[in-house]
Amino acid sequence: MTTTAVRKDGPAAVTPTPTVGGHFRNYLSRVRGGDVGALPAVLGLIVLCTVFAIMRPSSFLSAGNFANLFTQGAAVTLIAMGLVFVLLLGEIDLSAGFASGVCAAVLANVVTVLGYPWWVAVLAAVATGVVIGTTLGMLVAKIGIPSFVVTLAGFLAFQGVVLLLVKDGTNISVRDDVLVAIANRNLGPTLGWALTALAVVGYAAVQLLRHRNRAARGLITDPLAVVALRIGGLAVILGAAVYVLNLERSRNVLIVSLKGVPIVVPIIAVLLVVWTFVLQRTSYGRHIYAVGGNREAARRAGIGVDRIRISVFVICSSMAAIGGIVAASRANSVDPNTGGSNVLLYAVGAAVIGGTSLFGGKGRVLDAVLGGAVVAVIENGMGLMGYTAGVKYVVTGVVLLLAASVDALSRRRAAATGTR
Amino acid sequence: MSATPLLELRGIDKSFGPVQVLRDVALTVHPGEVTALVGDNGAGKSTLVKCISGIHPTDAGEFLFNGEPVHIGSPRDAATLGIEVVYQDLALCDNLDIVQNMFLGRERRSGIVLDEPTMEQLAAETLAGLSIRTVTSLRQHVSSLSGGQRQTVAIAKAVLWNSKLVILDEPTAALGVAQTAQVLELVRRLADNGLAVVLISHNMNDVFAVSDRIAALYLGQMVAQVKTTDITHAQVVELITAGRSGGLGLATDPGSNGDGPQPADSTSGGVR
Repeated sequence: MTTTAVRKDGPAAVTPTPTVGGHFRNYLSRVRGGDVGALPAVLGLIVLCTVFAIMRPSSFLSAGNFANLFTQGAAVTLIAMGLVFVLLLGEIDLSAGFASGVCAAVLANVVTVLGYPWWVAVLAAVATGVVIGTTLGMLVAKIGIPSFVVTLAGFLAFQGVVLLLVKDGTNISVRDDVLVAIANRNLGPTLGWALTALAVVGYAAVQLLRHRNRAARGLITDPLAVVALRIGGLAVILGAAVYVLNLERSRNVLIVSLKGVPIVVPIIAVLLVVWTFVLQRTSYGRHIYAVGGNREAARRAGIGVDRIRISVFVICSSMAAIGGIVAASRANSVDPNTGGSNVLLYAVGAAVIGGTSLFGGKGRVLDAVLGGAVVAVIENGMGLMGYTAGVKYVVTGVVLLLAASVDALSRRRAAATGTR
Repeated sequence: MSATPLLELRGIDKSFGPVQVLRDVALTVHPGEVTALVGDNGAGKSTLVKCISGIHPTDAGEFLFNGEPVHIGSPRDAATLGIEVVYQDLALCDNLDIVQNMFLGRERRSGIVLDEPTMEQLAAETLAGLSIRTVTSLRQHVSSLSGGQRQTVAIAKAVLWNSKLVILDEPTAALGVAQTAQVLELVRRLADNGLAVVLISHNMNDVFAVSDRIAALYLGQMVAQVKTTDITHAQVVELITAGRSGGLGLATDPGSNGDGPQPADSTSGGVR
């Protein structure tokens, strides 16, 4: 994970021909200077996993529990991925949780009550997300209401909309095979390995092409050894995860065989790659960072600031819709509390724990995934240790506070040392 | 120096409601020269710059660019002609690096993907062309730069676009002694590279250090435009504060506004 943090900032040339040692010294000096990136989330994840592994070695470390982590954390992670875009502009979307509830309710109504095929329901849910996002974005950008207030109103109103859509307190079950499969079925072991190989080869190709392209033009490049290390690191992490997920985790193989990568994992992976590409490699993504960093400078550079502000709310609500679909799939139903209670707060927490700044201008989609993993591990591990919901909330709150303190302190440190 | 001025303004009038801010202003800017635009607060310097850069429309007057009459209706028109403005508050994004800032809003792309190597190369060439050696890495965040380095990046950003006229609004106002020297050296180099430079400044030392001509605004009128070598420190201060100095500036009777522009015309004529 540290490797990706290095990649984002590219080569910081202290010497014209960087060495491997120099590369890591550079990274360390940036971390000391306050540019911690995803380091706290990664360290937190390691500490939490170690603690739970020692306290509950048999249950926490089982393959079945590892697979559970993904399906438990998926909805919150997806919503957090959308929230990163809003947070990058220094805005907030408090309505994302119940927006996902509204979209899930639309999905359930279309597929169960109206009886349309699953893909119509998915399109309807995402379209609902787009409409919600456009409305919120217009209110923020064109009318100029602070996003906190607009989305707080959305939070209240959407809670009511979910109630209306599910007919006051009943719930609508989702029985469509495809929709249920999203959060409850797994890929075959072979397909899992094939996709892993594809991901590693694709990543290697992108990295090596980039390295060759820059070297050919005489630009400063990362040492080839560092590039190889990154590719190797990704291969090891993905390989280990897929190996564990492909182990048999059914309690009784004679009744049912349960193994393979949960289907939500490739869904999250694809969205992670797509949104990372949009943020890092397109001018639209560059403009999001620019508006988040200095709105006036962005305006003078000819960037359509209003357009950017509306679009991030659309992305956020659409990702909330996808999160809602996954949540509905996992529960096999939609009830008035879908997307409610702690979903939004966990999602904001996930983005911030991962390293996205609440002050705008800094953050990556990967942060949401790492932070989502931290939140899922806390929820899961503390559940296994038999703590009550009350303790879990308190611990999650403390972790979020820690993450926000790291953000604020690293900003202060960055301002003091001038490296960011 | 050169026969046709790059930019020539004639009879520019500009009012905001009942307040007339610019009155029959004439200004000529030559390529390869630094023209210092001086004047007290409220004399109309910023308004004049905003008229040139297309932010404010003018009420009357002519723009000649390279001897051709042009109309500048928007900042985009100005950019198309090759006019770039470096604002006092810099307009850089702290969370982006130098290359990203220099190409902000005008990124190079191949397909839909940003063409980072090309942008980095062009940025490096531009900085090298201006003999800028103060920045160590192009991939450094702007927040980590000193005030002088930030000003340097802002100026290099303006030069990147094959600009012909660069307008600098108080580039040294917030800088220390050494950094001011660096920036002034860069301003001089822009002109030596053949660009026309308009430098707005309150600091007489800066003005005399780098400028070839001085244009003085007084209460919305261009009271003099003379070669820097033909005028003294004290005379410029008098032009700024009183609108005239000896034979320069407004006619002796400041009440008759109609005579105002005449000295300005005759001096600019005499300079050629």
